[in-house]
Amino acid sequence: MADPPGFLTATLDKVANWARYQSSWGATFGLACCAIEMMHTGAAHNDLARFGMEVFRASPRQADLMIVAGRVSQKMAPVLRQVYDQMPEPKWVISMGACASTGGMFNNYALVQGVDQVVPVDVYVPGCPPGPQSLMHAILTLHEGIKSGEFVRV
Amino acid sequence: MSDETTPEDVTSAPPDEAPASERERRQLQDMWAAGTEEPSWVTASTAEGAQLMLPRDQASPAEVAEEGGTLVADDRLYDEEQYEEETTILNMGPQHPSTHGVLRLQLELEGEIVRRVKPVIGYLHTGMEKTGETLTFLQGPTNVTRMDYLAPFHNELCFSLATEALLGVELPPRAQAIRVLMTELNRVSSHLMWVATQGMDLGAVSMMIYGIRERELLLAFFEKTTGLRMNHNYIRPGGVAADLPDGWEEDVAGIIEAIPQGLDDYHDLLTHNPIFLGRTQGVGVITPDECYAYGITGPPLRAAGIDWDLRKAQPYSGIEQYDFDVPLGEHGDVYDRYRVRMEEMRQSLGIVAQVAESMPAGDYRTEDLKVTPPPRKRIDESMEALIHHFKIFTEGFKVPAGEHYQAIEGPRGELGHYVVSLGEATPWRIHCRTPSFAAVQALPIMMADQLIADSVAIIASIDPVLGDVDR
Amino acid sequence: MSDATPVPEIVAEEPPAPALPTPLDGLAEAFPDVAFETSAAGQNVARVEASHLVEFAQAARDAGFEMFVDVTAVDYYRQRPGPRYDVVVGLLSLQHNTRLRIRVGVDGDVPAAPSITRVYPGANFYEREVYDLFGIDFTGHPDLTRIMLPDDWEGHPLRKDTPVGSVPIQFRGTHKVQ
Repeated sequence: MADPPGFLTATLDKVANWARYQSSWGATFGLACCAIEMMHTGAAHNDLARFGMEVFRASPRQADLMIVAGRVSQKMAPVLRQVYDQMPEPKWVISMGACASTGGMFNNYALVQGVDQVVPVDVYVPGCPPGPQSLMHAILTLHEGIKSGEFVRV
Repeated sequence: MSDETTPEDVTSAPPDEAPASERERRQLQDMWAAGTEEPSWVTASTAEGAQLMLPRDQASPAEVAEEGGTLVADDRLYDEEQYEEETTILNMGPQHPSTHGVLRLQLELEGEIVRRVKPVIGYLHTGMEKTGETLTFLQGPTNVTRMDYLAPFHNELCFSLATEALLGVELPPRAQAIRVLMTELNRVSSHLMWVATQGMDLGAVSMMIYGIRERELLLAFFEKTTGLRMNHNYIRPGGVAADLPDGWEEDVAGIIEAIPQGLDDYHDLLTHNPIFLGRTQGVGVITPDECYAYGITGPPLRAAGIDWDLRKAQPYSGIEQYDFDVPLGEHGDVYDRYRVRMEEMRQSLGIVAQVAESMPAGDYRTEDLKVTPPPRKRIDESMEALIHHFKIFTEGFKVPAGEHYQAIEGPRGELGHYVVSLGEATPWRIHCRTPSFAAVQALPIMMADQLIADSVAIIASIDPVLGDVDR
Repeated sequence: MSDATPVPEIVAEEPPAPALPTPLDGLAEAFPDVAFETSAAGQNVARVEASHLVEFAQAARDAGFEMFVDVTAVDYYRQRPGPRYDVVVGLLSLQHNTRLRIRVGVDGDVPAAPSITRVYPGANFYEREVYDLFGIDFTGHPDLTRIMLPDDWEGHPLRKDTPVGSVPIQFRGTHKVQ
């Protein structure tokens, strides 16, 4: 957790956080059905670009938000970790859907039961799949958290 | 294998002695997390050992033939000896914007030309066939619907038909007509997503927006009818879960009017566009013999010129009553697959119009009370209904022993469910024969000797859904 | 399963109808010791010995079953007196519009079946999947490695003596119930 800011850095902190949440670009990490709903959230009807998430960057080096959309299998888990590690700070993770949050309906040998066993998660979105409105609510919650300084990674 | 290095040391130093082979070199690579502590349980790197592509001098001739797409027809364009030192093995995926999911392709490149392809799959393996053995037959559709997540109604239909064949129940005509309505609308929505991603992968980024714009109309109707936009669990053994909502005729009429306008727009944008033609004509050709050998069905087979559609050849769910054409291509390339799918959308909308016009009245599920739950209000009135409801939802209905393979024409090809029952309430074995699995296996045939930029077009044209591939 | 329930029959009890569709007629003649049956729902099933599988598949392909459909397996762990696994091959004939399902009994500590990739190259991935999830070796397969699971996975999940692998779900704030 960051130290409480002094009077000058408090304003700078706010500005930095404002820049971060107003333009958080996601890394494409669509895995399964939730990825389709993520695409819908970014498309015309429910437009994510109006919240600053203009594009989803394919390269994790250029992204600051990773939306893990879909079920993470045991084979995919090291890849997930590697992509997360390649993202530069500050970075946030949204675990989208039941499978990413807890393993969902697939409580079996093949899936990681919750992506928070692999990467630290900031916001969980329930649903199977969560509709675009749920995902947008989660993203806006994340933005509020960035704005207030609640989600801080040092 | 991995050094115990502190976070300051960012270099992943390889071991001192030279690795004995390329395979060992890959297995020794570390995954280093700059600035963060590597979690202790993640010791595996992302190399998958024996599943990866070996360099040409280490791979067996059979593997080289398979990966070069020359097993069925030796149509190589290269000179074998000439380029042995000049090739690179490139890894594409599993996290990639254009692989339509978590597909990992190992490409052996000679410059820009792909010589060999090895797909590495399993990154979305969910163990659905094992999970299916723990769920009752009524819960089965919830499981299988998440396989091909772009065409969930088709998965549910296939499973329900297989179960009903084992049960020996007959469905009322309204139930069958509702199933046809929903699956044909699903075909349209799946193809719309295909055209959106195909366009985007080729650079027509706005196609994504247009395709999804049309798709939203369909998803709104699905949500109204089934309660969910995707993964509906609506088509169940015995019928469908609920009747169509009030006002569905207007909704369907609106869809039938709006979508062809969208299709006309895409036609104007893409079909005669010189860039699109240049990128898709002659690219990714697959011949009928290769389709037979690899089990490729659906639009790629029809684009190669073979008139085979399970809705015509082995009809199911009353679809033979409706009039529709099966579009065929000629060359078997990406462009022909595009034309076939675009026309299929129009034909499906034609079927939907016929169903809407001729929707029979009646029950939306079979009368057999051992199979379908009674209507909710009857549970308050009748003890028998309560008991049936209880037994169906806790224990599940028992399906007589037997095995059955049910195949339907999904948007990607032949989708088949093989159900083995030993007389219990849960299936002993369910196996899903999915079209994308066969299509991904045939990628080497289509991608070999083409440019690496074409590989993106080819992957989009076979329309793989990785949930289908990996289950 | 209670002891009172008899071991169930997989196929219909009545003998197969004498008039088989054209490609199966020829196959029945050429392979007299292969049992052709019709399942309860009317599908053609042939029981073939493992040693004859490749020959039979080649003959089926020549007889008109040009399209390869599927290779999978079923584990009848302690459910029947015969071999533990059945490798199931699905074929389709477009010209005759008929399907054929071939069942091959496989047993043993290291179960093995012959690979039909020489006849149908598309069986490659399917046989790898059966090897991965059931542990059945396919002799003659060009590249028999795991396909769905990570390469260093131990065990074969779809076998019946392997549990589904579910994780017990614990809820904080509730009392533990015995």
